[in-house]
Formats: sequence, C-alpha cells, structure tokens
Amino acid sequence: MNRTEIFEKLTEVFQDVFDDETITIGEATTASDIEDWDSLTHITLLATVEEEFGVKFSMKAVQGLKNVGELADLIAEAL
Amino acid sequence: MDLENLFTPPFSGELLAKRKKIRRLLLEGGTDFMDKRIAVLGGSTTHDVTGVLELFLLRHGIRCAFYESEYAQYWQDAMFPNPELEAFHPDIIYIHTSNRNVSRWPELADSPEAVEDLLEEEYGKFAAMWDRLAQTYACPIIQNNFEYPYWRLMGNRDASDVHGRVNFVTRLNLRFAEYAQSHKNFYLNDINYLSAAFGLEQWSAPFYWHMYKYALSLPSVPCLAQSVANIIKSLYGKNKKAFALDLDNTLWGGVVGDDGPENLQVGQETSMGQAYSEFQAYLKAHKQLGVILNVVSKNEAENAMAGLRRPDMTLTPDDFIMVKANWEPKSQNLMDIAHTLSLLPESFVFVDDNPAEREIVRQQTPRAAVPEIGEKPEQYIQAIDKMGYFEVTDLSSDDAARTEMYRQNAARSRAETSFADYGEYLRSLEMRAEIRAFEPLYFSRIAQLTNKSNQFNLTTRRFTQAEIEAMAADGKYITLYGKLADKFGDNGVVSVVAGEKTEGRLDIILWLMSCRVLKRDMEFAMMDVLAEQCREQGIDEIRGYYYPTAKNGMVRDFYEKQGFAKISEDETGNTVWRLDISGGYEQKNHVISVNHQ
Repeated sequence: MNRTEIFEKLTEVFQDVFDDETITIGEATTASDIEDWDSLTHITLLATVEEEFGVKFSMKAVQGLKNVGELADLIAEAL
Repeated sequence: MDLENLFTPPFSGELLAKRKKIRRLLLEGGTDFMDKRIAVLGGSTTHDVTGVLELFLLRHGIRCAFYESEYAQYWQDAMFPNPELEAFHPDIIYIHTSNRNVSRWPELADSPEAVEDLLEEEYGKFAAMWDRLAQTYACPIIQNNFEYPYWRLMGNRDASDVHGRVNFVTRLNLRFAEYAQSHKNFYLNDINYLSAAFGLEQWSAPFYWHMYKYALSLPSVPCLAQSVANIIKSLYGKNKKAFALDLDNTLWGGVVGDDGPENLQVGQETSMGQAYSEFQAYLKAHKQLGVILNVVSKNEAENAMAGLRRPDMTLTPDDFIMVKANWEPKSQNLMDIAHTLSLLPESFVFVDDNPAEREIVRQQTPRAAVPEIGEKPEQYIQAIDKMGYFEVTDLSSDDAARTEMYRQNAARSRAETSFADYGEYLRSLEMRAEIRAFEPLYFSRIAQLTNKSNQFNLTTRRFTQAEIEAMAADGKYITLYGKLADKFGDNGVVSVVAGEKTEGRLDIILWLMSCRVLKRDMEFAMMDVLAEQCREQGIDEIRGYYYPTAKNGMVRDFYEKQGFAKISEDETGNTVWRLDISGGYEQKNHVISVNHQ
C-alpha cells in the first residue's frame, strides 16, 4: 500500500468516525483542525485505524503522534 | 448498511467507527420508540460504552437519554447527594466497574482472616452503594460483576489459594450473586462470562487501560453493550416469547418426506444425530422459561408428525403448542400462529436452516427475529444463544406454567367451536375471578405485566416493582389485580388496574389485560369491582384515558364499550372519557363469578 492509498483509506476512516463526508486530511492535519477530534474520539479513531488496516500499535508509538502524517508513517511501518 | 449483520455477533468495529451514522439510520428507520433515561456510573472511561449501548437499545426500540458520571466517579456519584443525577430521574442505573476498581487485593502475607475481612470490606463498599441507590432512586440497578485478572501471581494456585486474585474475584462474584438473589430490581451483568467467551486476553488488553483508562478493550465494547441492552430490553418487556421452528435439517438431519422418518439423523448413533439431539434439548429447556415452541415446516402434515413421533426424538409432539406443516408461505403460517395464540409476530424467533426461507420471513414479518444460524447443526445453539432473545430478569412462577396455559387456550378454542352462542360458551367455561387490591404476593407479577403488556393496555405506563409497592401503600390510589380461572385451568394474574383519587373523581392511570384472556368479559368484571369500590368511597365520576401507540389499537374503543362518554380528543388521538356513577352503576359482567371461593 503506497502513501496515497494509505491516505485514501485514512480519509474514509476519518469520515466514518466524525460522520462527515466532507472531511479531508493531509500530512499536517492535527486534532485542532477537526472540531470533534477530542481525546475520547481519538481512541475510537485509533481502534478503527487498527481494525481497517489490520495493524496493532504500541503505546509508545501512539503516544508521540503529532499529526496525520505521522499516523500514516506508523501505518506504513506496521503493514 | 446491513443492520441485521451489524447487530449479530461477532461484532465488527463498524459499531464503533460508524456509530453516528448507524445511530442516524436507526432513529430514521424506527417508529414508536420507548423513551428511557439511563445513568451510567463508571469506574473507568465510559464514552464508547454508552455510545454503543445507545445503538443496541435503539435496535430494541428504546431511545435513551444518558447521564454519565465524571471519569471513575461511580462511587462518589452514588454515595453523596447528587442534584444533577436526582434531576435526571434515571429509569435505570448501570454501574460499569471492573477488577480495576478493586481497592485492595490480598497480599501473600495476609492471614486468612485478614483476607476474609478484605473481602467483606470490598463487598460492603459495593453493597452500601446499591442500598443507597435503591433508596434514593427506586429504579432497577444493573451492576457488572468482575472479570478475571489478566495475570496470575501463583499461576494455577491463584484459583485455589485465598490470597490468589482469581480466588478473590470468584468469591466476590459469588457475594454479588447472593445480593442479586435477595434483592429485587438488582441485576448482574455477567462480564466474568462475557470476557471468558470473548477471550480474556483480548478483553483485558492493557493498552486501552494505560492509554485511555478503558477497563476493557474497544473491540470488546459491543459485546458488553449488547449484554447490558439485553437486560434493559428484558426489563421493558421486549423479550421474545416463542419459537417457530423448521423441521428438515433444522430439528433433524435429512428431509422426512424424501428420506422417510426412519432415515433421519437424530439420536445418539451418529455425530450429526447427536448435534441435532443436543439442539432439541436446548430448545426444550426453554419451556422452563415459558417460551413456547411451534413448528413451521413445508411438509405434508403426516410426514411431519411421523418425524416428530420417532421414539428417539428429544422434542415430542406434546412439546409444541402449534404444528403448522403445509405448503403455505412460512411467513403466513407464522402470522397464523401469532394470531391464534394472541401474540405479536415480533414475539417470535424463527429458526430455519434455509437462507431463502429466512429472507422471506424477514421481509414479510420485519420485526420477528430471524437468527443467522448458518448451515452447521453443531453451531445452531451458539448462534441463537448469543442473541439473548430470552434474557431472564425476573422469573415468575407463571413463566414456567405458560406452555400449559397456551395449551389450555388451544383447548378452549376447540370448545368454542362447539357452541352456537358465544354467551353460552362463556358460561360453559365456569369462570371464577379474584379481583382485589394489589397484594405483596403479586407485586412482581403486576410489575411484570405493566412492562410486558402492549396490546390491551390503555396508557402503556411502565412501573417497577418498587413503584407498584409504593402505589399499593398509598391511600390515594385504588388498585386492582384480577386473576381468572376456569374449568380448563388457572390463568393467574391477567389484569391490572390503578386509579388516582382526586376530590370525588377517579382518574384511571393504568388499565391493562393479558391477551390470553381476550373476549372473556374479564374487563367488565374488573370495571364492576372498580365502580363498586368508587361508590363505597364516595366517588361520583370515573375518568378513563387512552393513549394510542403502534400496538394498542385494539382498545381504542374500550371506554366506549364500557359506557363512558368521550370528553376530549387531541390531535395525536389521545382521548379522555368520563363515566358518571352518581346515579348508580349497572353490572356488566354476567359470566364470571367474582371473589367467591
């Protein structure tokens, strides 16, 4: 899966979790860019990413995430 | 989106990921929701637990408002004055705790007595909370028991040694169960079983605790939510009541019409036969809960009966109330059975190995349950059991007798056809009724009826047992329960009426009757007693109220038939009725002998 494909799939996950089909994401997107992205939704988001991509994250890796680009890095490593 | 599949275990992550969309679909797709208020008191993060619980309840037709305690404040919320929770007026309180909430575990150096004290202390903390909640909120309480710890200091010895956490959890769970046995309105949510069935390692994955203070992993949340929702829908009378069962390749292996009864796979000789027999035993056990068994099979009637009469069948013809073996569409047969037994089609669980038959029944009777049982008889039991169709909250002695009652009903309808005049038939039943004020012996059954009756129910008001008790003790109410027996048997408590007195007037806030005694004039016997009591207490006017729902159309004209005059009707069809008894009251029941030994 290349980076474009990862982002396509990630976009779908974001749209599902935030129930908003207009959401677009980029490398630099952070929680402050999406209104409903709070700490509680964050876990739903990560759990959904794990399920959709068939990967498991470690606590250490998840803790330092700064933006969606880093999340995509994490997925790419785990795949 | 395939909702059927979404709410069938094993659950996918979609319930979490697409929660908002699913919620919207369920709200748009449903009508006549029951509205309830649920307080979730958590010992860990509850956000997604509540969110997914909401979906399962919507699926059962229950639309909820939620109160969530602040993070892990379950105990403080319960034990101290809490204006916010009091103002919320919960209908149900769910306490979501886990073994993460055990305050102190035994140390190996502790004496056995010290461990015993610790156990009492831990149990006492919870019991005090339940007592206080029951006192303050007088509503049903649902409490998780404890899952096993995910590590064991002593390995296997953890289970046997009093210092072991496994042993400690086991004993705590037993104490919780004892509390449930001795307290009404208190229900355990058995996460000990749920986590075992789900897989304890997956359930307790510590990632979710350390990252977000979730006591269980997110993938296991739907399983928890389903279980809590099952308890709640059961409390509100939304359990299924009957099975409609296919025969060929469902109750036995093979096709009786083609293979002949002697060649069916059933009994102990073959593995396949054993699987079918075990399935039959599973179904038969449901009779103890009052679930009634029926057959819906595409077969010649004599072939079906030949199969059922095989001597090694666990289920015998006597176990079934109705056997429909013909070539009509199964949905039609299902509706015929429902009609004959005065049940709603949605009260049935339809079990058939044929996906095409399942699909037709699903389309024609959309609210009947049609489990995806697959094609392997060895998996039928799990497929049905995991759905929780018959979740037991309160078991009344009436439940076990229900099959017998439906059998008596079938005998009555046979008797009915031999009389030309309906009145003559009713007199031939030699009916005897007991109609009196609510008594402690029947509190549980009365509360159960208020939560289960949908069709013959004028106001569809639901009451907990605590509320029924309070009403019985309060002089401003006139309360009546009605028991009806006849020469075929005793129907038990079948009707409940309550009215509130205000200055010479009685407002009927509750009037319901079980459909098993429709057209027996029991409603007239009830009204006669009510009017008599009103006159004794100097009440001149009785007011009746009818609030329409999707299910109670059969009593739209109830008060008119009782001789009331309509005084108002609003745009939603709510009607108010009035009966003036200042000038006397004419008895309406002439076929039931009331309150005579």
